[in-house]
Amino acid sequence: MIVFASCIILFLIGLYAIVTKRNLIKIAIGFVLIEYAVNLFFALVGFKKGALAPIITKLDTPHNFVDPIPQALVLTAIVIGLATTALMLTVILRIYDRYKTFDIAEIKRLKG
Amino acid sequence: MAFIPLFIALPLFSAFLIPILGKIYKPLVWLLSTAVAFVLFVLALYGVAVSQEISMVVYKMGNWPPPLGIVMAYDSFSAFMVLVISIIVFACSMFSLRFLSTYTGNWKFYTLLMLMTAGMMGIVITGDLFNMFVFLEIAALSSYALVAFGLKGEQLEASFKYIVMGEIAGLIFLLTIALIYAKTSTLNLADISTALQFAKNTTFFWMTLGMLLFAFSIKAALVPFHSWLLDAYPAAPAPISSLLAGICTKVFGIYTSARIIFNIFGLSRANDPLFFNFLIGLGLLSIIFAGVTAFSQNDYKRLLAYSSISQVGFILLGFGIGNYYGVLGAILFILAHSLAKGLLFLTSGSVVHSAGTTDIKKLSGLGERMSTTAWSFRIGALSVIGMPPLIGFFAKLFIIIGAIKAGFLWIAIAAGVLSLLSLGYLLRIENNVFMKKGKSEAKPAPFTMRVAMVLLVVLIVLVGVGYQTIVDYIAGPAAHALLRGLEYSHMVFNYFSMSF
Repeated sequence: MIVFASCIILFLIGLYAIVTKRNLIKIAIGFVLIEYAVNLFFALVGFKKGALAPIITKLDTPHNFVDPIPQALVLTAIVIGLATTALMLTVILRIYDRYKTFDIAEIKRLKG
Repeated sequence: MAFIPLFIALPLFSAFLIPILGKIYKPLVWLLSTAVAFVLFVLALYGVAVSQEISMVVYKMGNWPPPLGIVMAYDSFSAFMVLVISIIVFACSMFSLRFLSTYTGNWKFYTLLMLMTAGMMGIVITGDLFNMFVFLEIAALSSYALVAFGLKGEQLEASFKYIVMGEIAGLIFLLTIALIYAKTSTLNLADISTALQFAKNTTFFWMTLGMLLFAFSIKAALVPFHSWLLDAYPAAPAPISSLLAGICTKVFGIYTSARIIFNIFGLSRANDPLFFNFLIGLGLLSIIFAGVTAFSQNDYKRLLAYSSISQVGFILLGFGIGNYYGVLGAILFILAHSLAKGLLFLTSGSVVHSAGTTDIKKLSGLGERMSTTAWSFRIGALSVIGMPPLIGFFAKLFIIIGAIKAGFLWIAIAAGVLSLLSLGYLLRIENNVFMKKGKSEAKPAPFTMRVAMVLLVVLIVLVGVGYQTIVDYIAGPAAHALLRGLEYSHMVFNYFSMSF
């Protein structure tokens, strides 16, 4: 339970960063934190205490395995997260080139 | 049915072929992307023909049977969406040739366009929840990059806002997938729908549905979450605004939520009236808020962006009504909206290309100089307003019939009256840009741009005149596929497929 609670705390810290921080890089870090929280939660879904690695060696052994599917899915999610973070940082750097600042309060040419 | 993976494989393959071709001979890039879009269109027509006989085609990836392996479930609703996607992608790709002549690095544009197509095709065909997430992210990532394609300050800013909103939606979707997997131990949509029936009306059931709807309404830009769209559409290059407005938000937000509400969670108007009333409320909120705000806009593309939010509200209204005519109306509305709003954004592109600005106060006298563009705009606008015999009229008509049959007379009247809003704000563009006399140096739009616009005009008129055929063969079966509800999972499991 404590581990699940830590996921939620991590998620909330990330959300706090996105909502309140004015620095673009800090917002990006907030996203990375949320992503870690979700990935950690997903990996924990498949976890069982005291279970074996999901490799079947003998067919007659009792099956008490960790669920391998969430791990595979989390790997995919991490790769997607990498792409998103890379794109987001690229856009942030380009914004810095144009506006010479990371402060979102000063980057507001758009209305909406 | 081995043709189904082609919808994803063709654009994906060409996306990676394009950089190589771009090194050899630049014009080939445009040719390849347009040709692929055309082939997809032909395949989509074939797919519609197939779906007349077999209402659900299941393709097993690697020949693993459904609950274990990943499947592609291609039913009439998917067939319909694939067809619409391919039409809009074809028109946009056609339009881009001359529009992009002022940009550098064109092959990157077509690579991203093809990736986005692959992603969208994947979303509508897949029968697996996690797969849907992956395709959603592929398409969304390419659209973030495409919004920022011009690399001007405004475009980057818009793209950043879009990334922030889009990624919150994406991560909430992933979290919901984790929750659903924890509860049901499966990711196959059909299997989830069977498993969820044992948890029906529990807190878990409504909470996951709420989280999914939250994620998808950000992607669809429904009113409380629409702010990213207002910056992204005006900033993006016109063919991309056209693609985003025409089909992206429908695929990312509307298709996914419709599929999940009707087929996976198995809700229906008869059993859960409260939920469907909530959808009607969301729809009306978007229609009214965006429709009224559109009047105060002075930017051609920003006005159209507001208009698109308001039109998405109509689609949601149709699904919220929830009987056959309402759903049919919503599905026809997806088609009508894609063609008409796609066309209107293409005209904005042609205006930008020739006159160099999108401020409707500064533009004037373009009606005579650019007659093809002006007439395309008029036809598109008439379809959005709902003029018979154009397709927009029949879409609204079916929604209104649905509302009356469901006993919501006031919604029928409101939908009729609220369409007048669109008349009002579209007339602002017509009056200022095309009707007003004034000196203008604008040249007529180049040939390929005109071809793309005329193609959509012809489709709007043809589809409108032949609406009965569309209803009988394409939109009607699609509506039935949604209203089939939980039959979906039986059909996926009972299909003895002949893959390879």
